[in-house]
Amino acid sequence: MKGLFKISPGYEDVMPQEYLDLVNNGPYGKNYGVDDLGTFKELLEEHPLCAGCGLALSMRLVLASLPAPEDTIMVGSTGCSSLAFTQVAVHNIHSLFGNQNAVATGLKRALKIRFPDKVKDVVVMAGDGATVDIGLDMVMHSWFRREKITTIMLDNEAYANTGGQESGMSQQNAVLNMAPTGKKFPKIALPEVAKASGCAYVGVVSPAQPKRLGDMVRKAILIAREVGPTYLQLYSPCPTNYKFKSRETMQKIKERMESGMFEVMEYITPEAEAFLAEMKEGDKQ
Amino acid sequence: MTAKSSYKVLPGPEGYLPPAAATMSVMLPDPGEGLVEGEIVPQEQAINKIAEKLLSAKNPTFFPGPLVLWAWKDGVIEKAVAAKELADVVGAKIIPMPDYRPKYPMINPEIEINPNHPNLTIWHNKIDVCVFVGVHCHFANIALKIIRGGTSCYTIALCGEMGHEDAMITLRDVKADTIRKITEAVKEMKAGGVVSG
Repeated sequence: MKGLFKISPGYEDVMPQEYLDLVNNGPYGKNYGVDDLGTFKELLEEHPLCAGCGLALSMRLVLASLPAPEDTIMVGSTGCSSLAFTQVAVHNIHSLFGNQNAVATGLKRALKIRFPDKVKDVVVMAGDGATVDIGLDMVMHSWFRREKITTIMLDNEAYANTGGQESGMSQQNAVLNMAPTGKKFPKIALPEVAKASGCAYVGVVSPAQPKRLGDMVRKAILIAREVGPTYLQLYSPCPTNYKFKSRETMQKIKERMESGMFEVMEYITPEAEAFLAEMKEGDKQ
Repeated sequence: MTAKSSYKVLPGPEGYLPPAAATMSVMLPDPGEGLVEGEIVPQEQAINKIAEKLLSAKNPTFFPGPLVLWAWKDGVIEKAVAAKELADVVGAKIIPMPDYRPKYPMINPEIEINPNHPNLTIWHNKIDVCVFVGVHCHFANIALKIIRGGTSCYTIALCGEMGHEDAMITLRDVKADTIRKITEAVKEMKAGGVVSG
């Protein structure tokens, strides 16, 4: 994998430092993970998201956990994450609001035809509004069809960059700028929907457990390569809309866990489990 | 083929939303031809015009795109080296377009150009003539249109495919040999007494 990306001779001197760092010390072809953070040039280092944004933390950890960033194409959607996606050093496509799983489906199928002998990971990463509200149709149908893509929801429980409207993932009674009387129905149980819709692997975690999050991202992507659709839900609190201090993001997750309102969870089908075991066995040999 | 449009593709600023030259009936050149300010001419004539524009510029700048900056397949290096040689002979600056991420507001216009807001780099560096080479067509198209809309920069597009009607001068099917022909034209003009702007 060494020398995966090469700058044409004569242009090294004019390449911005960021690209030299990505070529010389990026994660491409290195199989890095969360444990290696701080030792390599990250795929997302600067972004325009708010201070203390849980979603930014989740994105950073997801990107650090991609098993093969050089062969990964990410599909995003409208929302806070799309503001940071523009600076991510991985191929990514911004879809129309809610279309992300339909776009990812076409992309995965096209890549299979274009690169039949190569593994290309297609990873959808979108907010809760795009995933559970506006795009639920496309999301669920990609699961019904057993498309081999990974869907990651950055769950900040609100439409956060349009002033703070409630989403399907907001907790019941949540009060937001644009939901002043409180949300009238409970948070949608999308992990349960994912299980029932045919996902081979479903996980719920948060950036408060970075290593676990990293492991779950890798599992979700590896299983999607061979077995079937996978879904990962990352609880990523929003200080701006939920009115807490930017340094309290981790604290908010812990409080939620202690109160029993947030639980880390994993579901895996026997087929996916067998695939992982086989893979692990192969690694040992 | 003869260009029938009376629309001239000239330096702007033409306004916030300049028309795409194609919508003004500017046609792309056929093989062996080039396009100068909306008019189809023989390739030789377009090459000479490029040489003339580069030598008369105060701050000519090359914008090499990913197709030449990254040695991603055989033949790329030859073209990249030819483009670098041309820039050196002209005495032009090189500002790369390594990828197409919008990166706004993090773009550093002094050292990079981005197709989504190329005007920032042109304004910042006071570029009066620029050359696109190795930029994928769809991003070259949008960037050329933005430049015409918001700046007075003269644009030249050396295209490996069919050319760009939104550039003031464009060549099509550009390979390393074609770029070397421009270099030769520049050298000849210099030898004939034309001095860089």
